[in-house]
Amino acid sequence: MKSATSDTQRPAGRGAFTTVSGRQVAPLYTPADISSLNYRRDLADPGEFPYTRGIHATGYRGKLWTMRQFAGFGTPEETNERYTQLLAAGGTGLSVAFDLPTLMGRDPDHELSLGEVGKCGVNVASLADMEALFSGIDLGAVTTSMTINSPAAMIFAMYLVVAERQGAGWQTLSGTIQNDILKEFIAQKEYIYPPRPSMRLVTDVFAFCAEQVPKWNTISVSGYHIREAGATAAQELAFTLRDGVEYVQYGIDAGLDVDAFAPRISFFFNSHSDFFEEIAKYRAARRIWAHVMRDRFKAQNPRSWQLRCHAQTAGVSLTAQQPYNNVVRTALQALAAVLGGAQSLHTNSLDEALALPTAQAATLALRTQQIIAYETGVAGVVDPLGGSYFLETLTRDLEEEAMAHFDAIDGMGGMVEAIERGYPQKEIAESAYRFQQAVERGDRIVVGVNEFVEEDDEAIGTLYIDHAAGERQLARLAQVKATRDNRAVQESLGRLQDGATTGVNLMPLLLDAVRAYATIGEMCDALRRVWGEYEEIAVI
Amino acid sequence: MSAKIRVVIAKPGLDGHDRGARVIARALRDAGMEVIYTGLRQTPEQIVAAALQEDADVIGLSILSGAHMHICPAVMALLAQKGLRDVLVVVGGIIPDVDIPKLKDMGVQGIFLPGTLMQEIVDFIRKHARSRVESV
Repeated sequence: MKSATSDTQRPAGRGAFTTVSGRQVAPLYTPADISSLNYRRDLADPGEFPYTRGIHATGYRGKLWTMRQFAGFGTPEETNERYTQLLAAGGTGLSVAFDLPTLMGRDPDHELSLGEVGKCGVNVASLADMEALFSGIDLGAVTTSMTINSPAAMIFAMYLVVAERQGAGWQTLSGTIQNDILKEFIAQKEYIYPPRPSMRLVTDVFAFCAEQVPKWNTISVSGYHIREAGATAAQELAFTLRDGVEYVQYGIDAGLDVDAFAPRISFFFNSHSDFFEEIAKYRAARRIWAHVMRDRFKAQNPRSWQLRCHAQTAGVSLTAQQPYNNVVRTALQALAAVLGGAQSLHTNSLDEALALPTAQAATLALRTQQIIAYETGVAGVVDPLGGSYFLETLTRDLEEEAMAHFDAIDGMGGMVEAIERGYPQKEIAESAYRFQQAVERGDRIVVGVNEFVEEDDEAIGTLYIDHAAGERQLARLAQVKATRDNRAVQESLGRLQDGATTGVNLMPLLLDAVRAYATIGEMCDALRRVWGEYEEIAVI
Repeated sequence: MSAKIRVVIAKPGLDGHDRGARVIARALRDAGMEVIYTGLRQTPEQIVAAALQEDADVIGLSILSGAHMHICPAVMALLAQKGLRDVLVVVGGIIPDVDIPKLKDMGVQGIFLPGTLMQEIVDFIRKHARSRVESV
């Protein structure tokens, strides 16, 4: 887009008048842009359908967002120490990052686990590790989010048994498991089983929790990873909400009443760099979901209509160059999530393009949220940007773009079918490449990367995770296997494997296996023997 | 006249974050190289076997999980064992500063962190890949 910028001071790159997602923006928005909007129908007061302006009438006045910092590394003991420190620093919820062996359902002694144990999260192989992870932390008093997908049911079973042994009733437990397998096929690629049996594990958790753990968020339908993989804001919005539709449909198809499980569905969005587009995205998400749940699925309970979401600042926007710039990026992205009305937020640390964060960097990230909450005044008014000609136009445009993707995916038969065809995967790969080309050409400026570059970056201290955690986890695994009742383990695994061939809910069988100290690898293998493993066809 | 540089792009380890691997694979292909992408979760043995089979001049490893100090030595040892010492090995991903000299000592020539421009990687490969001069 041509524009009258001064010759001497180009304010930004040639692509400056498109959003980070490539959307053209006009120089000015006026009442004419939103003349088709009807306040009661399209916006409504916060707490009123379709919740564009927020799900709570009082916004953050009633309750601030939860400052939930994702953390995990090394052994359960090391991570437990970090949690204790985060809670002492005023963090209000825990968020567990697991390592790759755990995420992939492999024990630390598996061939593919070598070199990966404890590296990008905490390793949890059996109930013994889960007990150490939450030692001294009252599970009845904290809310815990666990980023776990393919083996979500197994890890959740471990959490429930720890709570049981602490004496915390399941009815009172509150927290979230990510449990979003569709975005693994689409973006993050940490899948184990093929899509259809994977969906069964998800709906088994829905059904189990509806009866036994009613306050637990059974899924966090995640756009975060879709965006990190390269999607635009509209693609993130569309694919995430369409994943949500797929889960609801599978739940109904499994015989559940929509209002029995839909209120426990939560979402997880990225908070990227394009300030207004991101705020609009959260608002559009609420409006779309409210309509989908009321009109498409005929849900009756207003809580089924309300989209609750967690947000995390964009890891992919962090740069290794001039790492202190990342503090500023993260603050602005966090502000967008707050103005968009997220229920909880994680702010990334300045050093995460280089390593997992140090304790100091993680504390600064938390302080960033506290400054937004307590010093800027933005939490005092609900949806303070509502009614902005620009923001309302963006909100509507994003909604329309997302609905076009919905139609395309519905036309393929659903999201599982679309994934099998590679549709979202290809769309995202295209967007990722287009973005990179724009950076290469200098159409999009990344400060410190392709403009305002410094020759010698200041080195910062980073967290280094050595192999010691791997060795300690191997030792504990050996000890668990030596001291447990191996016959009870084998029997419980046999029942689990049999259960996979029938239609029974697998959660009670997993709980029995966990109580016997079966490992995550053993439980996942029992199901691998029945369902096989998924393999993606690699294309560039 | 030189023939196309042949590059194997591989994702070792358990990690599935393949944005970087896919983007660089396309960028190298657009720059005129022959690119083979192995897909996810390749063992060092599989990667070296692919390089051998594809007659690769370059192996590009994408590692974000922190497992590079396990994976890179294994790949370098296997290359030496198979007589592929002249294959250029480059790594992209999240690599702590302290590991960079160690990786270079074991023969990894190029290490590229987040925020690297694709052109820089293209130029590096053109400069350092073994020459493949053939008469036409």
